[in-house]
Amino acid sequence: MQVTMKINGTTQSHDVEPRTLLVHYIRDTCGLTGTNIGCDSSSCGACTIHLNGEAVKSCTVLAVQADGQDLKTIEGLAPSSEKLHPMQQAFHECHALQCGYCTPGMVMAAVSLLDEVPNPTERQVRVGLEGNLCRCTGYHNIVKAVLQCAAEGGAK
Amino acid sequence: MIPAAFDYKRAGSADEAIALLGEYGDDAKLLAGGHSLLPLMKYRLASPAVLIDIGRLSDLSYIRDDGNVIRIGALTRHRDIEISELLKTEAALLPEVASHVGDPQVRHRGTIGGSLAHGDPASDLPSAILALRATLVIKGPKGTREVASDDFFTGFLETAVGPDELLTEILVPKTPNATFGFQKFNRRAQDWAIVGCSVVVHNGTCGVGLVNMDSRPVRAAGVEAAIRGGSSAADGAASAADGCEPPTDLNASVEYRQHLARVLVRRALESAGK
Repeated sequence: MQVTMKINGTTQSHDVEPRTLLVHYIRDTCGLTGTNIGCDSSSCGACTIHLNGEAVKSCTVLAVQADGQDLKTIEGLAPSSEKLHPMQQAFHECHALQCGYCTPGMVMAAVSLLDEVPNPTERQVRVGLEGNLCRCTGYHNIVKAVLQCAAEGGAK
Repeated sequence: MIPAAFDYKRAGSADEAIALLGEYGDDAKLLAGGHSLLPLMKYRLASPAVLIDIGRLSDLSYIRDDGNVIRIGALTRHRDIEISELLKTEAALLPEVASHVGDPQVRHRGTIGGSLAHGDPASDLPSAILALRATLVIKGPKGTREVASDDFFTGFLETAVGPDELLTEILVPKTPNATFGFQKFNRRAQDWAIVGCSVVVHNGTCGVGLVNMDSRPVRAAGVEAAIRGGSSAADGAASAADGCEPPTDLNASVEYRQHLARVLVRRALESAGK
């Protein structure tokens, strides 16, 4: 089935099997490998992307469901190759990652969280990121980064 | 994990979805947000030959004030229920329970109709629907019919929705000024409840719905009667597990679930001011 969707501002059109998962479409068909596959069962959040501006787990969406929609992946977040997105900058400054595997999904979830709750409490950040697992950091610096990003003007 | 191959049909209207269900029968499954069905298909626990995508029927996504009830379209997402000011005012238990479903990403995709029609006793929302005495509107080739929440959940992953029918709307009685409580016990954030419960107290009546305490979502009728009769939360909750046949699995034995039901119902009643 032919699907067409806007990914990071560029419209792409490909023929896919109906059973193709969105995360496989993004990685294998579109070549955008920044979005990782972790648990593959909508638990870990490593595959989090934005679908029409909201965080979703792309391992639990079919590519055909995203037909005609507007997607953003981690590659589309930074305004340019020289400048990081404010959330990426905050993760960098707060050392909010170690191995980095969860980071693309964590950043996408965090941007979506600040979109819905612009000035969250620490508790709201922790609960708001419950769909994303990190096995390295203990979350402490991730929470710090999200709070810093919010304090410095948000994730826009 | 990739689902087994299937044919994909996209319905442009509820009637078209019903016609497609009539055409493909038991081989077909409806796809809404996909957050119950797609994991089952990835684990190959479900392998429908045809998926009928109703996810684009935006006319079935709404929360409307209608006299004594709030009408909720079956394709309304958990997120939209969680933040609905109308529901927070008129049926506050429901947005509270919706806010505990899965995690933010899941709530951006999952729908109330999909969750209810899936009929999983471990899901959170059926407990609220039972406690609130909601009515479910089901549409089929012969028109629509209304089913009381008590008659909706018929067995494990089975509901009153027939093979050629579609759950279209949920009617939630208004309970302004009601007090309520929701409790969910799990070992990991975002996980299914090992046991959970929804409690609503309104004008001397009491509704108690249980999560994961039987092969289908059930009410704790004994607790409801006790609270109506003036019992304390502790006394009322003592009968929370009566008549239930909870599952036993790696997470909990039958006895442990019965214990959890009594403790969680007491806490939820206390949250509701009892």
